[in-house]
Amino acid sequence: MTLISRAWLLAETPQSRRQAALGQAYLGWLAFQRNPIGMAGLAIILALIVVSALSPILMPFDPIAADTANRLRPPSGTHWFGTDELGRDILSRLIAGAPITLMIVVLVAVLVAPVGLAIGCIAGYYGGWIDRVLMRITDVFMAFPRLILALALVAVLKPGLENAILAIAVTGWPPYARMARAETLTIRQSDYIAAMRQLGASDARIILFHVVPMCLSSLIVRVTLDMAGVILTAAGLGFLGLGAQPPLPEWGAMISTGRRFLLDQWWVGTFPGLAICIVSLGFNLLGDGLREVLDPKQR
Amino acid sequence: MSFDLLSVENLRVRFHLDKGTVEAVRGISFRMGREKLGIVGESGSGKSMTGRAILRLVQKPGSVTADAIRFNGRSGSRDLLTASPAEMQAIRGGQISMVMQDPKFSLNPVMTVGKQIAEAYRIHRKVGRTEARERAIAMLKAVRIRDPEAVFNRYPHEVSGGMGQRIMIAMMLIPDPDLLIADEPTSALDVTVQTQVLAIIDDLVTERGMGLILISHDLNLVASFCDRVLVMYGGRIVEECRAKDLHAATHPYTRGLLAALPTIDAPPGDLQVLTRDPAWMHA
Amino acid sequence: MTQPSLALEVQDLDVRFGSTHAVRGVSFTVSDGESFGIVGESGCGKTTVLRCLAGLNTKWSGTIRLAGQVRSHHRDLAAARLAQMVFQDPYGSLHPRHTVDRVLAEVCQIHGLDDVEGRIDRVLRQVGLGPSFRFRYPHQLSGGQRQRVAIARALILQPRILLLDEPTSALDVSVQAEILNLFRRLRREFGLTLVLVTHNLAVVTNLCDRLVVMHTGRVVEALDAEVLRTGTPQEAYTRQLLAASRGYDRSTLAAAEALEMGL
Repeated sequence: MTLISRAWLLAETPQSRRQAALGQAYLGWLAFQRNPIGMAGLAIILALIVVSALSPILMPFDPIAADTANRLRPPSGTHWFGTDELGRDILSRLIAGAPITLMIVVLVAVLVAPVGLAIGCIAGYYGGWIDRVLMRITDVFMAFPRLILALALVAVLKPGLENAILAIAVTGWPPYARMARAETLTIRQSDYIAAMRQLGASDARIILFHVVPMCLSSLIVRVTLDMAGVILTAAGLGFLGLGAQPPLPEWGAMISTGRRFLLDQWWVGTFPGLAICIVSLGFNLLGDGLREVLDPKQR
Repeated sequence: MSFDLLSVENLRVRFHLDKGTVEAVRGISFRMGREKLGIVGESGSGKSMTGRAILRLVQKPGSVTADAIRFNGRSGSRDLLTASPAEMQAIRGGQISMVMQDPKFSLNPVMTVGKQIAEAYRIHRKVGRTEARERAIAMLKAVRIRDPEAVFNRYPHEVSGGMGQRIMIAMMLIPDPDLLIADEPTSALDVTVQTQVLAIIDDLVTERGMGLILISHDLNLVASFCDRVLVMYGGRIVEECRAKDLHAATHPYTRGLLAALPTIDAPPGDLQVLTRDPAWMHA
Repeated sequence: MTQPSLALEVQDLDVRFGSTHAVRGVSFTVSDGESFGIVGESGCGKTTVLRCLAGLNTKWSGTIRLAGQVRSHHRDLAAARLAQMVFQDPYGSLHPRHTVDRVLAEVCQIHGLDDVEGRIDRVLRQVGLGPSFRFRYPHQLSGGQRQRVAIARALILQPRILLLDEPTSALDVSVQAEILNLFRRLRREFGLTLVLVTHNLAVVTNLCDRLVVMHTGRVVEALDAEVLRTGTPQEAYTRQLLAASRGYDRSTLAAAEALEMGL
C-alpha cells in the first residue's frame, strides 16, 4: 500500500495510472486553493451540503407543524429568524428547505449537462445535415424566454416540484449544446483527433473518449455558474405557486408567502431571500474559481 | 564600421512565477552599428526575449533589467531603459521597428492593408491622408509588390503569406526607422519566397543605412544573410563571430549545432547528436 | 498483377476540395523497406497525398495499394495496421488529457491486441523512452519526447509503412537530429518503409533514397536523392528549390522570378 504523500502526488515520474491521475487532481486542487474567491464559494456550497445532510438534527423546531399561538413573531432568542404566518420557525424551515434546493440543483445538472453535451458534440463532430437539424432544434428552444417556457410546461404538466425541475431541465440544455458544439468544431480539427481516426478508432469512441473530455471542463464551469440561475428560476416558479407546493418549505415559495407581510413582518420574506442570495453567490464564486483552474483559455 | 547604433549592457529578463524566478536572458552585452546582426539559438535560448526586451515589450510577470540599453538614432541618443512610456511609444515603430513571424497575427483583419500602412506613417509623421496614401503605395512598390494600387485596397485575408510578410515589412519601414528587429521573419514562408523577402530587407537596409537584428533558429540562413552573428544558449551569448566564419565556429555548442544539421550535400547517415555540457550555462 | 515487393502503389491519385484541384493525377510506387520523400512548398498537395494514404481524406479518386491490398475509402482497420502516420506538430497530435500509457493502451484496445503491458513496455524502449515516461501527460514532456510518443503510437501496431508529415519541422535542430537518427534505426531494425513529406531538402537527402518533387498538385520530377546531392536535377523548378534551400543567395533571385512569371 502506497502512502499518499505530497511527494508521491507531485512525482515527476508516476509509477501507475492511479498515481498519475491523482497527481493531476492534486495539482488542480493546489491551483484552486490559491484562489480565495473560489475557496469562499466552495465553503458556501460545502456548508449547504452539510446542512442538507444533517437537516433533521439541526432543525430546532418542526418545520411543518403549525403553532398559531406563535404566528408572525419577530426574531428572538428562541426563534432566531422569527416565525411565519402559521407560527412555524423560519430557521427550521430554511434548514428543511436546504435539501430541496440541493436536490433541484443536482437533478437539473444531471439532466441538463449530458443532454446538452451529447447533442453539441454530435452536431459539432459530424457537421453537415446532422449539425443543421440538431442546431435548429436547439434554436427553437432558445427562441423562447426560459422562465416563460418553464411556466407553460409546468402549467400543462401539473404544478409541483418534480415538474418544475423537469421544466427547468427541458429549457436549460440548449446553451450547453451550443457551447459543446463550438468547442467540438475546434477540437475535431486537431491532430490528435486525426491521429485517432487514422488509427481506425470509431466515431463513437472518438466522441466519447477524446472530444467529450475536452468539452467537459468548460461545461462544468458553465453549469456551476448557471446554478444560481436555476435556483432563482426554481424559486421563481415556487413564488408563482407553480413549483413546490405547501407545506413544503421551498425557499421561493416561502418568499411568496412572506410577500404579504413584507412591510410589517419583514423577516418572513427576507431570510429565505438571503438564503437564495448566499447559495447563488456561492455557486457563482465556485464557478469563477473552477474556471481559472479548468479552462485553459482563461490562463 | 562604428558600433554605436545600439549598445546593450548586462541585459537580463526574468520571469517571476509561482515556482520561482526563471531567467530567460542572463546578463548579455553587445554593440551593433548599421549592419545586419544575426541572433541564432534554439527555442528557450532567450533570442526572442532579447529582441522584445530592447523595445520593452516583455509582459508581466516578466521584468527587464540592464546597466544600459543605449540607442543612437538620428534624433539623438537615448537610454531605452529609462525612457518614459510615451517616449517608448514614439520610438517603437518610429525609430525601431519589429517584424514578427506570422503576418496573419500582426495585421488588423478588418482594415485594408493600404490603410494600415498609411496609418503607420501618419502616427509618426504629421502629413495629410493623400500624402500618406502616396507614401504607402510607394512603399508597397519598394517591397516589390507588382500592382500596389490594387493591393492597397485588399484585406489581410486576401493576400498570400509571402505578400503579407512584405506588407508587414512595408508597414514597419515606412516611418524610416534606424533599426529593424526581425523575429523569424521568413520561417512561415516557403524557401523561394523566403529568398525574395530577404532580398527586400537586404536592399532596404543597405539603401537606407538601417541596422537590422535578425532573430532566427536557422544557422544557414543567418550565416548566408547577416554580417555578424551572436549565438545564444541558455540566455547567454556563447559565441560572437563574423557570419561567413560561422561554419568555423569554435564554441562546442555552435559546433554541435552545425554537426546536428542535415545538409543537402552530405551522404546519408546518422547525424551527430548534441551532448549538452552544463558548463555552457555558466560560460 | 501487383508485385509483392511493393509496399505502396499510388495510381492517378486525384483530389478536389470544392473548386480547388489539390492533387492532379499523382502516381508513384515505393518498394518494401525503401525510404521515399515527397517534397514541395506549401499548398503543392504533398500533405494531401499523405492524408489520403493514411485514410484521413476520403474523397479521392485513383488507386492506392498498401502492400498489394487496395485501400478502401472508409475506415479500414487492416490499412491502419499496414500504414501509420506521424504528424508535424507534436504539441497538437497528442491528447492533452491522456497519459502516454492511455494513448498506447487505447491503440491496442481498438485493434484487439493482447499483451498490452508488454507491448507498451517494448515500444517505449524502441523509441528511446524508458518506462519512467509511461504515466506522464504530454505537458510534462519536451517536444522531442512528445514526438517519440507519437512515433510509439504508430509503431505499436507494428506497421510496415510509416507515413511522416514534416515530423521534425516543429523541433529544434539538435532534437531533429535525434529523431532523424531514430527513423533510420527503426527502418534498419524492422525493415520499415518510410514515406516522408517535407519542404526541407536537407532532411530528405539525409533520410530518403528516392523522392518526387510536387508543385501545384502535380509531380514535377521523380529523382534519386543522389541527384539532389550532386545538384543535377532536370527540371527548372527543382533546381530553383535546391538553390533556395542552400541559404540566402541573391544570385538565385532573378531565376526564381523568371520561373514564377513562366509558371
